[in-house]
Amino acid sequence: MANAPNVGLIPLFLASILTSNILLSNFLGTCSFISISKDFKSSMGLGVAVTMVIGLCSAVCWAVLRYIIEPLGIVYLSFIIFIIVIAGVVQMLEMIIDRFSPSLYMALGIFLPLITVNCAVLGVILFMQIRNYNFLQSVVFGFGSGAGWWLAIMLLASIRTKLDANSAVPAGLKGTGITMITIGFMAMAFIGFSGMIAVQ
Amino acid sequence: MNPILTGPLAVAGISTILALIISILDKLLNNYGQLDITINGKKTLNVRGGSPLLGTLAAEGIFVPSACGGRGSCGACKCKVLTDVGPHLPTETPYLSPDEIARNVRLACQVKVRKNLEIELPEELFSVKKFTSRVESIKDLTYDIKEVLLALEGQEIEFQAGQYVQLVVPPYGDIAESVQRAYSMSSRPSDKKRVELLVRLVPGGIATTWVHKFLKQGQQVEVVGAFGEFHIHDTPAAMICVAGGSGMAPFKSMLYHMNETGAFPEKEIWYFFGARSLRDMFYLDEMRELSARWPRFHFVAALSEPKPEDNWTGETGLITDVLDRYLQSKVDAGKGLEGYLCGSPGMINACINVMKKNGMGEDKIYFDKFA
Repeated sequence: MANAPNVGLIPLFLASILTSNILLSNFLGTCSFISISKDFKSSMGLGVAVTMVIGLCSAVCWAVLRYIIEPLGIVYLSFIIFIIVIAGVVQMLEMIIDRFSPSLYMALGIFLPLITVNCAVLGVILFMQIRNYNFLQSVVFGFGSGAGWWLAIMLLASIRTKLDANSAVPAGLKGTGITMITIGFMAMAFIGFSGMIAVQ
Repeated sequence: MNPILTGPLAVAGISTILALIISILDKLLNNYGQLDITINGKKTLNVRGGSPLLGTLAAEGIFVPSACGGRGSCGACKCKVLTDVGPHLPTETPYLSPDEIARNVRLACQVKVRKNLEIELPEELFSVKKFTSRVESIKDLTYDIKEVLLALEGQEIEFQAGQYVQLVVPPYGDIAESVQRAYSMSSRPSDKKRVELLVRLVPGGIATTWVHKFLKQGQQVEVVGAFGEFHIHDTPAAMICVAGGSGMAPFKSMLYHMNETGAFPEKEIWYFFGARSLRDMFYLDEMRELSARWPRFHFVAALSEPKPEDNWTGETGLITDVLDRYLQSKVDAGKGLEGYLCGSPGMINACINVMKKNGMGEDKIYFDKFA
């Protein structure tokens, strides 16, 4: 097993939110990013859900990777196993939230199953695998990436609320068109952060 | 260990462990104990919590209509929930009007029973019953539509021509759970001991595959009913009925009912039935025979793509174009017109447009859309 990279937890957390934002630098998880960001409330719900799921799944998948996949020498199956584990963890999370916080469940309810197929979750876990993070690094990187995704969707939602109220957008660009252009600008802005913290 | 075995075994093992944890969690967490559901402030049911309201009520013998079987895709199972069960879910809002949302109308399949509930249901739902029946006959009407005749055992069904029942499909093959699907009754209301359904095979459809591939004569089948708002309106206005495929069902019931009882004697009846070619057409002889001996009934069959070997001499073209032509030249709108439509959402929307174009009021167009 290769050694974990020498990165502090706080720089890693900041890096995963800003300099290597999972959405705006890696463009993972864009489908729900574009479709849900129409309104502020849903974006909030989805952001919280994504953060929780990525954080939790990277912890669980780290353990599965270190204690099952690597000892058995079945790294070639890690994609499939990660997907199964993500689906299972999301299902459990849904049941637990349903039982203990009905109000949170009402807010997140339909987003949780949706996240199972969000590529950002698998993406973060695969980065974690490639970069050989240790347990703490994985958890921090997971929550950080989730928070970065959350930040990005909140930014986009607020921009879109303003854009929708503005009649200057040409008819042909309304909706997804102008959203894609907006995301492009946001990604360029986030590039400004690159090089400030090195995590890889 | 053999490396070929390790991989699959590990994947299977991980899946099993996850499934185990999930089912244990489900047992522990999804246990809300015994709860009370009060209906219309009169009737109280003591039920086990943790399941959607729709299924919980059905287990108690109260059948709220549902065309999709609780998947949240038809919006039929509306019921008023007086207890605060949280805001409307995004899965409910597309099926509810702002007015209904304000009045706390919910979809019963999306509301989970977590605490004592107070709900309101229309009184007539209490007359909805579950019937046990035996398959008396199954006939092929076309290559993909079957006529299924069910003989009810012990009970009699009361319904209006145009209403539907839900067919209970037991688990079969790879389908692990029982589902219910709605089918219009094509039998006459006077025949209280039998229910006839027309079922078109939908590729991949759970219920239609079961009816077409698994259901046998003599087999026991359960149906729940009768439901539905689709019925003949008591006015002198002429009926403009349009159907395609198994959309024939409610009209067969309405037509034979009116012919048999002489009900609504002032109504002229126009029935437009569309199919692609002759192999999709059925009941042609029956309908022609009916129109020959019943002056106020006019039957117009149309093929959109007749084949040369069909030797078709009737109307050709899309049913909407045929309808348009007749509305402009042949139909007498003297006593007013009412539209009755049954078929695919696409066909219904197209027909509504044609009818509106020809001056029919949208509030006088009634339809039964396949969910």
